[in-house]
Amino acid sequence: MPTERAKPYLLQRLAGGNAFPILVVVSFILVIWYVAAFFMNLDLQRDNFANANQAYSTADLVEGTMSQERPRLPAPHQIAQEIDKTVFEFPPSSKRSLVYHGAVTLEATLLGFAIGSALGMLLAVMIVHAASLERSLMPWIIASQTIPIIALAPMIVVIMNQFDVTGIVPKATISAYLSFFPVTVGMVKGLRSPDPLQLDLMRTYSASRLQTFFKLRAPASVPFLFASLKVAVAASLVGAVVAEMTKSEDGGFGARLLAGSYYGQTIQIWAALFAAAFCAAMLVTLVGMIDRAVSKRMGYVR
Amino acid sequence: MLETVPKEESGVVESAARVIDISNLSLTFETSDGPVQAVSEIDLAIEGGEFVSLIGPSGCGKTTLLRVIADLETATSGKITVNGLTPSEARLERAYGYVFQAPALYPWRTIARNIALPLEIMGLSKGERKDRVSRNLDLVNLTGFENRFPWQLSGGMQQRASIARALAFDPDLLLMDEPFGALDEIVRDKLNEQLLRLWNKTQKTVVFVTHSIPEAVFLSTKIVVMSPRPGRIHDVIDCGFPRDRTLEIRETPQFLEIANRVRHGLREGHSYAD
Repeated sequence: MPTERAKPYLLQRLAGGNAFPILVVVSFILVIWYVAAFFMNLDLQRDNFANANQAYSTADLVEGTMSQERPRLPAPHQIAQEIDKTVFEFPPSSKRSLVYHGAVTLEATLLGFAIGSALGMLLAVMIVHAASLERSLMPWIIASQTIPIIALAPMIVVIMNQFDVTGIVPKATISAYLSFFPVTVGMVKGLRSPDPLQLDLMRTYSASRLQTFFKLRAPASVPFLFASLKVAVAASLVGAVVAEMTKSEDGGFGARLLAGSYYGQTIQIWAALFAAAFCAAMLVTLVGMIDRAVSKRMGYVR
Repeated sequence: MLETVPKEESGVVESAARVIDISNLSLTFETSDGPVQAVSEIDLAIEGGEFVSLIGPSGCGKTTLLRVIADLETATSGKITVNGLTPSEARLERAYGYVFQAPALYPWRTIARNIALPLEIMGLSKGERKDRVSRNLDLVNLTGFENRFPWQLSGGMQQRASIARALAFDPDLLLMDEPFGALDEIVRDKLNEQLLRLWNKTQKTVVFVTHSIPEAVFLSTKIVVMSPRPGRIHDVIDCGFPRDRTLEIRETPQFLEIANRVRHGLREGHSYAD
């Protein structure tokens, strides 16, 4: 009986769990990618063979398109090899190490995230407690997010440089600029989430505004805050990368992207992109784990 | 505690101070459709130790009246005192405990910490809080559930927890807005009996909003029958059952007689024209 049921049960679990659907999507993407890489690099490869006066078979052509030094679209395994090389072959202190650049980016990201979240929460608290501030601040807060960050980043760097603020701070500022917004919006919603009954209860106790804030509004806003923090931490990383493209002398993923595009090192660009995406995913996962732990303590998880 | 209970038959504690005094009170809400008169020309006096029920169909202003007493709404005209003070002064002195229609427990607090909430706000010491929480949990038969979260409890248990929370800081006046309205008949009977025993034991004054006739007759020393549009008092009926009554009195002729009078009052007050 158990052996009879084992097989379909395993399949069911695979189909029902997270791993199986993700694997299907990943394999699908990989197939499309390889096909696309072949066709996109085909012309260049034919030229290469022609220039070398070399006869070639279809197999040579396939192999060639997958192993160019500067392909239009690198094959997935080329990117994997590049990541493997730059992560494991160089010491983390080397400027050729992706770990080094990752650490630079993460530093600016985390500082920017901390500043952005703190600013976002502060703005939310102010907006919830003063109706006039909502009217005066909200339009500016929204307007701030309509300006393309790529246009604003160099100006922030230049202006801060004028006041001798250099190094990590300008980058963290740009990172914070992107991350405060989701925190403000989510936190305002969260602080306003208590229903009239819960607020009336505080009134029957003659609770002060401070008590109402700390015992009702703040704890009620926690689930909203974490949802926002997940968005904000990813936005922080984007902000840091954009800042590094302006301020590339310090290194970081942004500097790798910039250098890669100068010298046509497409593999390096893609490797930096994937590493940045991986870091963002890790950060979001980390915030998610803290979220779950806090939610469990607060009885939100059933 | 028990020796302080005065001997009486009428159900009204004698020589008690007047807790609530309302005269010619009206409240008009300004809505987008124009003014709506919620309650009109209310006169009502409630003595200490009484159990007064406000009964009437929806829209008769019974909840509004309770909220005016609690200073959750402000009367447009007329006079009202609570313990001789204005409602707002009485609220600031934490004169009453309020039980809402829904339990309104904070989902992120355990049952014990929900009950401790008013005690935290009033600045009681940790030891005193713990003491009172366990005493009041015991009072509503929830001992052993202190570390559960609200969603882990049934609706009836949640409402009992909210009663324990209202009792936690030991107010002399208890304002209850249809606290058992959402519960089934059997749970409601049980909670009614528990509430009555509690009231008898603690000598508190209770103002109780309901739309159930048996509930009102069973619990009250005085029933205030209200009628809608605008909300006003149609009849005030004294209920002379002993303070330690049990559910059995519901079969007595006296009970049925009062219940009938309440029903008549509700019918007369209700205009079927609208």
